[in-house]
Amino acid sequence: MDIRVQAAPFDPGAILTEFTARQTAAGAVVSFTGLTRDLDGTLTALEIEHYPGMTETALRSIAQEALNRWNLSDILVLHRYGAIAPQAPIMMVATASPHRKAAFEAADFLMDYLKSRAPFWKKERTASGATWVAATDADEAALNAWKS
Amino acid sequence: MKRDVLYFAWVRERIGVGRETVESDAHTAADLIAELTQRSDQHAAAFADITALRVAYDQELTTLDATLGDTREVAFFPPMTGG
Repeated sequence: MDIRVQAAPFDPGAILTEFTARQTAAGAVVSFTGLTRDLDGTLTALEIEHYPGMTETALRSIAQEALNRWNLSDILVLHRYGAIAPQAPIMMVATASPHRKAAFEAADFLMDYLKSRAPFWKKERTASGATWVAATDADEAALNAWKS
Repeated sequence: MKRDVLYFAWVRERIGVGRETVESDAHTAADLIAELTQRSDQHAAAFADITALRVAYDQELTTLDATLGDTREVAFFPPMTGG
């Protein structure tokens, strides 16, 4: 399990290459990279606040839950905080498994849980001001779908 | 007992600080909110709608009616928006 919380930008390609290279028992690797939307060119920066300490614990516990539910050989979760430029990578998950289906499902599960259960808060900064991004009912519905 | 109370995102902005230490024997976070609301107009504004808030006790998510017990750190924040 590789959990990283960082302010620094990252190169998703390099992280994926490194993650793939260290697998020994996998037949499939799935990765997802989240980018800041540019809001039709109006976004100047996305600012991400987090809860140091709790963030790492929450990410670790979400990753552990995925390891318990699926046959996975490895998980990577990387999430940035601080000011992030438009269209830059914010976060990334990667899963490795003997089989493709588990890798896809676990990556999807990780994303749904990261959205609503990891202590990050996004603020969109534009020329006209800054607004906190609101959580949506769809985020919560996505979580509930995993409980059935 | 002394407890550290942390605020994040717009809760922090409304209150004006990210952390404060309070002396409180509140039984639950909801009781603690009732005490904090008395501190200032900013606190009252931040806690005006508690359905908009989430809470963590010692860095673990819980509910506003959970017993605080010997919790040292209570954090209040809006629903999370990671990913």
